[in-house]
Amino acid sequence: MKKIQRLEMRSISKSFHGIPANQDINLFIESGEILGLLGENGAGKTTLMNILYGLYQPDSGQIKINDKTIRINNPVESITHGIGMVHQHFMLVQNHSVIENIALAYKDTPFFFPNAKIKNKVEQFSKNFDFHIDLTKKVWQLSAGEQQRVEIIKALLNGADLLILDEPTSVLTPREIKELIFILREMKAKGHMIIFISHKLDEIMDICDRVMVLQKGKIVGSADTKNTDKNSLARMMVGRDVVFNTTREKLTKGKKTLAVENIKVIGDKGRRVVKNISFELFENEIFGIAGVSGNGQRELAEAITGIRPIFSGKVKMNGKDITNKSPRHIYDSGVSHVPEERIRFGIAPGLYLFDNAILKQHHLKKFSNWYFLNYSQIKNHTRTIVKKFKVSTHSINNQIRNLSGGNIQKLILGREISEQPQLLVASHPTYGLDVGATEFLREHLLELRKQGSAILLFSEDLEEIFELCDRIAVIFDGEFMAVLDSDDKQFSDIGLMMAGSKRIDPMEKQK
Amino acid sequence: MIKIKTTDRYNITTLRSFMTNILSLFAALVVIGIIFLIAGVNPFYAISEIFSGSFGSFYGIKETITKAIPLILIGAGLTLAFRAKFWNIGAEGQMLMGAIFATWTGLTFGEALPSYIIVPLIFLAGFIGGGLWGIIPAILKIKYAINEVISTLMLNYICAEILTLLIVGPWKGKTRFGFPGTDNLPDSAILGLIPGSRIHYATLILAVICAIVLGVIIYKTRFGYEARVVGENPDAGRYAGINFLKTSLILMAISGGLAGVAGVGEVAGIHHHLGYPASISSGYGFTAIIVAWLAKLNPLYTIISGIFFAGILVGGDAIQISLGLPAATVEIVNGTLLIFLIMGDYFLNHKITLQFSFKH
Amino acid sequence: MEDIIISTLQRAMVAGTPLLLATTGEVICERSGILNLGVEGVMAMGAVVAFMVTMTTGNPWLGVLAALAAGMMFSIIHAFASVTLQANQVVSGLAMTMLGLGFSGMLGKSYVGKPLSIKMEDWVIPYLSDIPWLGKILFSQGPFFYIAIFLALAAWFFLEKTRLGIRIRSTGENPKATETQGVNVFKLKYLSVITGGGFSALAGAHLSISYSKSWIEGMTAGRGWIAIALTIFALWNPARAIWAAFLFGGIFVVQYLLQPLGISPNFLAMLPYLATLLILLLISLKDPKKLNAPAMLGEPYKRGER
Repeated sequence: MKKIQRLEMRSISKSFHGIPANQDINLFIESGEILGLLGENGAGKTTLMNILYGLYQPDSGQIKINDKTIRINNPVESITHGIGMVHQHFMLVQNHSVIENIALAYKDTPFFFPNAKIKNKVEQFSKNFDFHIDLTKKVWQLSAGEQQRVEIIKALLNGADLLILDEPTSVLTPREIKELIFILREMKAKGHMIIFISHKLDEIMDICDRVMVLQKGKIVGSADTKNTDKNSLARMMVGRDVVFNTTREKLTKGKKTLAVENIKVIGDKGRRVVKNISFELFENEIFGIAGVSGNGQRELAEAITGIRPIFSGKVKMNGKDITNKSPRHIYDSGVSHVPEERIRFGIAPGLYLFDNAILKQHHLKKFSNWYFLNYSQIKNHTRTIVKKFKVSTHSINNQIRNLSGGNIQKLILGREISEQPQLLVASHPTYGLDVGATEFLREHLLELRKQGSAILLFSEDLEEIFELCDRIAVIFDGEFMAVLDSDDKQFSDIGLMMAGSKRIDPMEKQK
Repeated sequence: MIKIKTTDRYNITTLRSFMTNILSLFAALVVIGIIFLIAGVNPFYAISEIFSGSFGSFYGIKETITKAIPLILIGAGLTLAFRAKFWNIGAEGQMLMGAIFATWTGLTFGEALPSYIIVPLIFLAGFIGGGLWGIIPAILKIKYAINEVISTLMLNYICAEILTLLIVGPWKGKTRFGFPGTDNLPDSAILGLIPGSRIHYATLILAVICAIVLGVIIYKTRFGYEARVVGENPDAGRYAGINFLKTSLILMAISGGLAGVAGVGEVAGIHHHLGYPASISSGYGFTAIIVAWLAKLNPLYTIISGIFFAGILVGGDAIQISLGLPAATVEIVNGTLLIFLIMGDYFLNHKITLQFSFKH
Repeated sequence: MEDIIISTLQRAMVAGTPLLLATTGEVICERSGILNLGVEGVMAMGAVVAFMVTMTTGNPWLGVLAALAAGMMFSIIHAFASVTLQANQVVSGLAMTMLGLGFSGMLGKSYVGKPLSIKMEDWVIPYLSDIPWLGKILFSQGPFFYIAIFLALAAWFFLEKTRLGIRIRSTGENPKATETQGVNVFKLKYLSVITGGGFSALAGAHLSISYSKSWIEGMTAGRGWIAIALTIFALWNPARAIWAAFLFGGIFVVQYLLQPLGISPNFLAMLPYLATLLILLLISLKDPKKLNAPAMLGEPYKRGER
């Protein structure tokens, strides 16, 4: 007998620092349903679910379970009521084993010898749901999909009837996504209810029974998925028609800029994560590398830009060897970089905006002469970036950590792009940006391309890849599965390539 | 029902920062007063004695400035190190190493050389000595990931033992009548004092100049910028092409070097010979940490906070004599001030609001 | 000759006892993510309180309890600053050292130089103490020795084999994840800091009422700092801390053995500190990867509202 037959959120509102994140939201879900929550980044989906999970308290409104109004003051109470949540960034202790993480989460973990005592129960449970995970492995040794399964086990073990999944597919391979969908359908059949948060229309249409669309904190529409289509949903999400295919003018390639020859790169865990990659880039071109996160993209980008050592092979820029040179040397050779982990690599949080605006360029003549910094130039430069990239801030004398994540990213992007680099290495540049900023950025990339830059674009967003790139490589497990022109028909199998199931030998294809 | 709500504060003005510091110090004074009360001493009398002892008389002011010299030097150097999040607890050892290098230079060459050559020489030697002792923990941290709190601390003890070893052994002076210590430095190497005081003005001038120069370095130069970035986010520093090793070595060389210079001042200006470690460094290395913190890691402000804490040291000596309080009293005062300073930071960075709600 | 070795080893055990107590405490504290550099100050507080109470009441066990209580209460300051106010833990710890050394000096002023006549009898364990060599070294020691080992093993047990331990360790590794799962991270950090402080105070109590039976300012002689180093050396494992502490106890004691050989006493006095650095160097050379510290050690944790 399920604890929750029906759950309802009525007139929920929540503000942070006076800015509304959720406004008067009404939502309901019943046993056996999969409800999709669709919206862009910042629409308020996660906030709403965090309220349901007890991490935040609503400013007003009620939560009702089976028509009884309840208060959820913290996650423990939420769990008691039968609600479980799998967050976008897993709540796992990487250095501990799987069983220890589960022991931490499980509400009935015994005090003494917890690992040993719950082991049987967990193993039983996993078998029921067809999960196969080595309980003694440390979490950092597991793949993203396996880690996610640990999160699901945690929720189910605590008796969750309602499972909330926040952007669950963002870290999964296509095959893992299929496995997840299978699990969710099984749970649905058993009477569980699922709230599926996503910004990916395809998934919502595929998986969910109903969908509610959030925009800027308000519900702007809802529908049964069988009665609607992608375009209608997209329109609701953004408030206007989203054009899926921009016309990208054909340009003739210029001279060769970047040449990567047979490079191998070692990852953080000591294994080879880039196994043998070669490619070339030309002016007036955007070269995209498509693939699911975790197949060597980050390390490849870091290797080219000098943050990570190259084990063997060569990288040349305009004919000059830049293999394993310092980041500054590579920068001076004309390579700009928008890093994947932007906050981690891109800013000094306690320093001011204008300090951060020149983070990589501070040694340039225009910003410093001899040993002194030229602050008037620096501040002018900052103002230009802020204006051009619409970074929202009180003033440039603000500490950068006081800005929202999205605005920080805009500043970083503006900083790297504004220097008209010969080669721009952009790792997931639109990740975390709202639609307006994303469009703006994409246009800017195309503009750069027109002006003669070469752009190396890493992205998981296939829509983005096809929209922007002239040539596309698919990376899987540290190797290229294919390198083709973006309009090549063979890309109908791109899913297989991303999952490692199809490889196109470059010898076969004649340039 | 009253609920306490805390939110981040975004607009931190210099005025607010300053006022918070003053309030923190005042709150600390109140608590110190209570402690005195418990110790059976009239708090008002004690506190006024401290201030009159240090600032209330000509003699007091002179003593205060004398003690402020090493505090400003070391404190300014520490602001640089701390900004790069390099927790240099080893200023004591760096002072002593500077004193050792300077004494050797003075004793070896001082006889033959005139003041205007030997004095800069011994300062240079002291800077080098302290700088070297400061570079060691930097190398240990970068190449071997050894926590600098531990390495700088251990080096304090090691240097103290090295010094003692020298003054009871190979460097023992012939004029010491069997007591440990080196011979006096030759006259040319002894620093001039402002008449009627113990203020060795050469070091004083150096201290003020260094504080200013350091301020310029931190805020206006590329190196200072790189040090600040590295302190905020070492990964960003790497990405920005900042050479972590080079930056850390330079800043620890400066921080250690300045402590070394302070050590020279104490030996050449006050004691005129090397004696036991405690008599030379006198805990300045630790007090300077609070000096730097009170100055909010701005080397220019260390001039003020250095004088302030020098005042507490001098005043502390005064009430030790007049009220019979143990030497440890100054530690209590320092510790309380520091705690309240950190607590004050909290109120600076967060806005506290009280919410009155009449629901249930 | 045999007697010299036995007596040296015996004294090594005694010298290592306060190190073990303080290191165990610091391990617990750091496992929850809080760095406490105030160990030296807390130890001094424990020493003076134990001495004062023992002198006045005539009962050393009351002294021990009083020291424990004093250490725990004193550590609340550091817990408050580090956990609630999220202040810089290095600076807060240094302030604690100053406060602890200062307060203990003030409180103990009238007790300086007064010898303690009350003795804590050694716990001679029947049968085991008759074993040649080991009997005298391990089984005829003062009560603090056994308490220290017991506490270290208990700490290990609680950290590794109980739910509380998982929670504490998870707090030090990933407080956000831990809190999301309903654990009161703040409370655990407080608990760890206070417990750690209590243990360090016990170390001080050993020094004043068992080891030297006297009180004087500065008697902790840097042992608190060595305990902080030993925490790293023991790789944050209380069971490992046992042999780490006694190894260092041995180094302390070896000074006196080697003195008659004509080696400079100053060089010998340097040994423990030098050894600390060398051993850390060795560990680092052997395993250049992170020394297994709790991932979020020293980082203030903010309950994020955003």
